[in-house]
Amino acid sequence: MNAAISQKPSLLETIIRKRWLGKSFLVAMAILALWKLTISFLAGPTIFMQQVINGFQLGFVYALIALGYTMVYGIVRLINFAHGDVFMVGAFVSYYAIADFGLNSWPAKVMPGLPVWLSTAIGVITVVLLSMVSCAFLAFTIERIAYKPLRNAPRISALITAIGVSFFLEYFGALPIAFGPNFVTYERPFEVVNWVISTSGIVALEPGVAPPDNTLIISNISLYIIIISLLLLFTLNFFVRRTRVGKAMRATAYDKPTSRLMGINVDGIISVTFAVGAALAGAAGVLYATAFPQVYFAMGIIPGLKAFVAAVLGGIGSIPGALVGALIIGEAEVLSAAYISTPMRDAVAFSILVLVLLVRPTGIFGEPSREKA
Amino acid sequence: MFKKIPRTNLLFFGGALLVFLVVQIAISTNILNDFWSTIIRIGGVMAIVSLGLNLIYGFNGQFSLGQWGFYAIGAYTAADITYRWNDSYEATALSILLIGVLLVGGSIVYLRSLLGKIRGLDALSAFTMYFLTTLILGVLAVYLGQLVGPYVAGLLLALPADVSQQLVFVLAVIIGGILAAEVSFLFGLPVLTLGSDYFGIATLGFTIIVKVLLDNSDTMFGFAEMKGARGMVGIPKLTTWFWVFLGLLIVVVVMRNLLHSSYGRAVVSVREDEIAGKAMGVDVAEYKILAFVIGSFFAGLAGGLYAHINGFLHPSSFNFIRSFDPMIIIVLGGLGSMTGTLLASFTWALLLEGVLRLVLPQGFETWRFVVYPLLLLLIMLVRPSGLLGTYELPFLRQVLPPLKAFSKSNSNSANPGSGNPAPVQEATK
Repeated sequence: MNAAISQKPSLLETIIRKRWLGKSFLVAMAILALWKLTISFLAGPTIFMQQVINGFQLGFVYALIALGYTMVYGIVRLINFAHGDVFMVGAFVSYYAIADFGLNSWPAKVMPGLPVWLSTAIGVITVVLLSMVSCAFLAFTIERIAYKPLRNAPRISALITAIGVSFFLEYFGALPIAFGPNFVTYERPFEVVNWVISTSGIVALEPGVAPPDNTLIISNISLYIIIISLLLLFTLNFFVRRTRVGKAMRATAYDKPTSRLMGINVDGIISVTFAVGAALAGAAGVLYATAFPQVYFAMGIIPGLKAFVAAVLGGIGSIPGALVGALIIGEAEVLSAAYISTPMRDAVAFSILVLVLLVRPTGIFGEPSREKA
Repeated sequence: MFKKIPRTNLLFFGGALLVFLVVQIAISTNILNDFWSTIIRIGGVMAIVSLGLNLIYGFNGQFSLGQWGFYAIGAYTAADITYRWNDSYEATALSILLIGVLLVGGSIVYLRSLLGKIRGLDALSAFTMYFLTTLILGVLAVYLGQLVGPYVAGLLLALPADVSQQLVFVLAVIIGGILAAEVSFLFGLPVLTLGSDYFGIATLGFTIIVKVLLDNSDTMFGFAEMKGARGMVGIPKLTTWFWVFLGLLIVVVVMRNLLHSSYGRAVVSVREDEIAGKAMGVDVAEYKILAFVIGSFFAGLAGGLYAHINGFLHPSSFNFIRSFDPMIIIVLGGLGSMTGTLLASFTWALLLEGVLRLVLPQGFETWRFVVYPLLLLLIMLVRPSGLLGTYELPFLRQVLPPLKAFSKSNSNSANPGSGNPAPVQEATK
């Protein structure tokens, strides 16, 4: 009677039900990538490790930008395209602070007795803080003028407004009365020191001396970037997890009407979210300009986009997700620039995004999406 | 004997003919100089791209930023074909692409009817099958095209020079459109399963990837005539106002008829509520891909037309920043309004390329892009639903037949409380 049911499923049925074809496609892509990586590693282990270090450096900068995207998207479901341009403004603020006012050297002037490394560190931190505050203020203003009146409009209106703000910041910045349309060389807030890592230990490299072959080089740029990023990440995590405002932020992201009923000032919380995200972008602007010492009016577009990709890859709304996604994107970008071809790095980053989203539609750390009214 | 033609149709086609003639006469008598006629043609091309995007986003609700990538594919494909013909009377590219496009299109249609019978096949597996088939057929098309290329060239050379050039041009534009549609099918099949914003980001990535590939077209892919990041020059300037207008008219009529059919109502139902649509028996995945492919086809067509306006293509015109332009146009015109899209795209071209350039004083040309976002912000703050909202011209407005049985039984029912008509739900998404 139940012949059809008790029958073993045919091979074709198994293939379809277990999605073997699609999976084998993904596995083939993964094997291809791994094979390429292994070949590159075996061809030159030190160069490969050098690229990995560079990738970490880039990834941490992306992580800082990605946090702003992920927080804003988590709370108002808006892809804030102007975020990358806030990052650009942060870089320019620090440029003017350093080049015109010499803000980075104030500890050396005021307190000459301090050791050099300490006064440099204090100077760098001052510059970063200045950028963070000005970016936070900028984002707060943008949010009040452009996004708040559209809170109840269709989502696309807010998105178009964000694109408008982004265009405005870019092209206003390109005017001669603002930042100007040219590439500007950025003065680093500290002297670059390189260390050579070899089997005989870590040695500081004299300036002007070519590094010996087959050695790893780590500079204090990477150290500054990684230390400042980790500090900011931990501060942010503490802020979101432990403080009252952070709790209100998470509640608002989860359910806006209910949080309003619970006495949370939702509009205020949204403004704070924009400001905090922009502050992180401002810090990222300083660090990015330090690593790649050039600033210009459109510098925020591609890093902003990459950071958004990183945020989506890690899972929107998740802070560790943003970090992991950003590190993956940074590594992918540097390695593909080194081993495939420089212009293909954007393509590789987006291909990774698409492939990961096909397997996990809400990103690596993302929670399954809920139906929203 | 004659079926009575509705008055709205007569008005629409009469009006269209009038617009065409007025602009054509103005161009021929040089009232509109080259500058303005180029702007009007660009406006028409933008209208085609934006109508395609309006079908994808405005009517089907899929937030796509990939329109510009398909536009680029159409532009470069068509430009390559006509360039080769114009340059050295070589029809190999035409033959390869024509054969390839037909073979792949046929195989997709055939495989789709085959795979449609298999229940429970996931999108990625289906994509793998289509992808492998396309690869094999592509290689076959290259082989066959090289074989028949010289004969096609001989055939075309037998025609008068003008006729053969126009024929190659029309074929090139259509091939560009179909190629864009096929790429969009392959890309959309797995990616359309993602949620709305994730789909947007994936399509944005597509646009960026296409731009990167175009930047490297000469070094990595060996299309020497595309000249990679230096820009492709020497494309014959064949796009006249006539071709733009014809393309626009065809696109408008096709889209109108599609949207007024049962297919169109299914497409719109996906935007309104996917779950309710599914419950009513609408194959949501099918209609998403249908709208996406047709919209991309329009983008490819428009790209082919655009390539032959200035005779110059540069990868930076296909930058992803520009991919927001059609999005801005359809939102300004009103999502889900074809009239609004038409109006907004011509206004956009006239304003941004023409008026702002002339109004701003000397030395202030760079302020164009400062004024533009401010206007954008202003319009969004004052009218978030777009200039025209959901208004349509009478010809484009959908007239549903009255629901006789329903209304009769409803009016006879002895229920005094149900006098008010049900509130119409607004499409806000």
